[in-house]
Amino acid sequence: MAVAEADFRARARKALSDEDLQSALAKAKGGFVDKRANAILDLPEFEALRERGRQIKDHTLAHLDTYLEQFEGNVTRQGGQVHYALDAESARETILGICRDAAAKQVIKAKTMAGEEVGLNEALEAEFETVESDLGEYIIQLAKEPPSHIIAPAVHKTRAQITELFDHHHHQKSGGPLRETPDLVDEARGVLREKFLGADIGISGANFLVAETGTITLVTNEGNADLSTSLPRVHIAIAGVEKLVPSMREVSSMLRLLARSATGQQITAYTTFITGARRPEDLDGPEELHVVLIDNGRTRMLGDEFREMLRCIRCGACMNHCPVYSAIGGHAYGWVYPGPMGAVLTPMFRGLDSSQDLPNACTLNGRCQSVCPVKIRLPYLIRRLRDQSFEQQITGPFARWAIRTWGWLARRPALYQQLTGLMRPALRLFGRGSARRVPLAGAWTAGRDFPLPSGKGTFQQQWREKRGEKRT
Amino acid sequence: MADEQAPRPQVGLFVTCLVDFFRPGIGFASVELLEQAGCQVTVPEAQSCCGQPAYNSGDLADTAGLARQVIENFAAFDYVVAPSGSCAGQIKKYPDLFETGSAWRRRAEDLAGRTYEILSFLDEVMQIEPPRSDFSGRVTYHDSCSGLRQLGIKDQPRRLLSGSPALELNELSESETCCGFGGTFCVKYPDISTRMVNDKTDDILATGAETVLGGDLGCLMNIAGRLKRRGAPVKVRHAVEVLAGHTSEPAIGDEEEAG
Ligand code: SF4
Repeated sequence: MAVAEADFRARARKALSDEDLQSALAKAKGGFVDKRANAILDLPEFEALRERGRQIKDHTLAHLDTYLEQFEGNVTRQGGQVHYALDAESARETILGICRDAAAKQVIKAKTMAGEEVGLNEALEAEFETVESDLGEYIIQLAKEPPSHIIAPAVHKTRAQITELFDHHHHQKSGGPLRETPDLVDEARGVLREKFLGADIGISGANFLVAETGTITLVTNEGNADLSTSLPRVHIAIAGVEKLVPSMREVSSMLRLLARSATGQQITAYTTFITGARRPEDLDGPEELHVVLIDNGRTRMLGDEFREMLRCIRCGACMNHCPVYSAIGGHAYGWVYPGPMGAVLTPMFRGLDSSQDLPNACTLNGRCQSVCPVKIRLPYLIRRLRDQSFEQQITGPFARWAIRTWGWLARRPALYQQLTGLMRPALRLFGRGSARRVPLAGAWTAGRDFPLPSGKGTFQQQWREKRGEKRT
Repeated sequence: MADEQAPRPQVGLFVTCLVDFFRPGIGFASVELLEQAGCQVTVPEAQSCCGQPAYNSGDLADTAGLARQVIENFAAFDYVVAPSGSCAGQIKKYPDLFETGSAWRRRAEDLAGRTYEILSFLDEVMQIEPPRSDFSGRVTYHDSCSGLRQLGIKDQPRRLLSGSPALELNELSESETCCGFGGTFCVKYPDISTRMVNDKTDDILATGAETVLGGDLGCLMNIAGRLKRRGAPVKVRHAVEVLAGHTSEPAIGDEEEAG
C-alpha cells in the first residue's frame, strides 16, 4: 500500500484541489491544535516536562545497548522472546515466521507505525486473513490506502466517504444517506468483535518499552489494543529500538507528554502495560509473547548528527502544527511518516535522492520544534538534509548554479549594487506599484501580484546621495 | 532616551537585500528611529545580503563567504541592527558555520551577540518610549516566524505601537501561523505557498483591519502580493514606517503618485 515517494509536487497539487481532503483537513487541524493548547494551559510545568522528556530519551539513546540487553533479559525471564530485525525485510520475515509456526489463519492488528514502516500489512494479507482493529486503520484498510497521519490514520477521510465505505463493504450497497458517527463506530465495533474472537495472532506496536521490567506500554483510546493483545494465542509487538526507556518512572513522564501533545488529553482512555506471556495463574493473556525490535537504519542514525530524531515518540504534534501538512495532508509526503518528522525520517530510512522534496517543502517556520514534546530541532535537521542534498549534488544543476552565481555576486557588494541599481528601473516598467506578471517570476505571480521596487533608487544609492548633500 | 552625557551607541545598519532593493523607505525610517533613540548610525557600503537564500538551500560555502564579509564590515560597531527578524536571526546563526575554537567562530559569536532586529532593539536595548504618532486606523500585526520563534519578538512591536493613540490593533486569529513566504520556498512550491498566504489573507480580512503591519519585508511582500491579487484594499507596511510617521509613502505594492 505504499505510494511512490517521487513526484511530491504532483501529489501536493492534487491534494490542494481535492475538496474532500481539504474539508477533512480543515476539520482536523483546529481540533488538534486547540486541544493541545488547552491541555498545556492546565499544566504549568509542561515546559519542564518537555526538558525532562528530552533528557530521558537522550539518556536512553546514549546507553541503548545496556537497556536493550536488560529489556531482552527481562522479557525472556517472563516467558517472552525478543527478536532483532536489521531491516524491513527481516522484520516481515520474522513476523511471518512466527505466524506460520503458530499455524495461524487469522491475524488481528492494533495500530503500529513500525509495522507500516516495514510494510507488514501487505506481507500479512498475502498469507493470512488480516484485520485492523483500530478504527482509523480499519477504515483505510477497507479503502486500501496508507495512513495519512501517525495517530489519526484516516484523518483525510470525510464522514461521507466512510459511510460509503461501510455501506459498500458491510452491506454491499452504495449511495445511502450520510450516517452519524456513533452509528458508524457501533457498526465497526460489531464487525471487529467477531474478528477478535477468531484471531490466532494479535499484532501491536509499542509506545514505550521498559528495560527494568521488560514491559510493553501501549496507549489507545479505543481499547482495541487490549483485545488484540490479550485474546489471541500469540501476541507479537513490533517496535523500533528507540522505544526503550529505563524504568516505569520515566514511562509516567513520557505518558504525560504523549497524551497532551498528541490529542490534548491528560491521559489516553486506555494505557496498557504488558509484562511477559501468560503465567499459569493468569486468567487470560497470550501463550506466546514476541517482541520484534527493528533497526532499519536506526543504529546508523544513532552515530550521526540525526540522533536526536530518535527521541521522537510519534505524537503527531509536529504535523498538526505544520502549515504545509495542513495544506496538503499526509499522503503527499509519499511514505508512512508525513509532516516535519517525516521530512527527516523518510530521507533517513528511504534515501535522500528519492525524497529530496520533503526537506525542501518547508518554510523553516519552526512551529514544529516549538511543540515537539522531546524538543527535536526539526527545522535544523531539515536544513541539514538540504546541506547534504547540495553537497551530494542531489539538488539539481540549475538550482545549484543559480544559488552559487547569486552567492558569488552577493560577495562582491560593489558589483552587486551596480547590478541591482540597474535592475530596479527596469523592473518598475512592468507596472505601477505592483505587477500581475514579471518575466522569470512566474512562480511568484501564479497566485500573487509582484510588489515592484518603490522610491527613487536602492537604499544605498539614495543614502550615498544624501550623505553627499550633507558633506557639501 | 539615551543619557545625553553618555557616548552615543554606534549602530551599523544592516539594510537587508530586500529593503535595499524593494523598499528603501524602511531603511530611512529605521535610521530615523535609531537616531531619535540617540544612536549614531552608519550604513557600511560593502553589504548585500545576510546569506539566507544560500544557507537555506544547503550552500554552506557561499553562506560562510557572505558571513565573513558581514563579520568584517560590521566589526566596528557597538550594535548591528537590521529591519528584519529573519536577517538578524541569520547573522546570529553565523557561528555554526565555523569550526569551534577558530578565530572566525569567535568573531562570528561576537557579532551575533551585538546583532538585533530593529523593533526589539528600540524597545529592549534603547528602551525608548513608544513614539507618539498620529497614525489612525484599524491594523493587524503579522508576527514573522524567525522573529517570533528564534528571537522572541512578539510584545516589543506592540509596545512601540501603543504610542499611537488612534491606532486600533485587532489581532489575527492564527497569529503564530507562517504566511507561506519561507524565502526560496515561495517560488519552489508556489502552489503550497499560495494556499498558505491565502489562508493568512483570509485571516487578515476577518480582522477588519485596514492595514497589516509586520517586521519582515519578505513576508509583507508575500501578503501584499496576495491581497492585491484578491483585489483586497488592505494596506501592508513595515512597522517602522508607522513608528517613524512615514505613512504618506504608498504602502507595499501600492501605486506611487505620478511625477
Ligand atoms: S518529531 Fe516531536 S512532535 Fe513530531 S511526532 Fe515526533 S515527538 Fe511528536
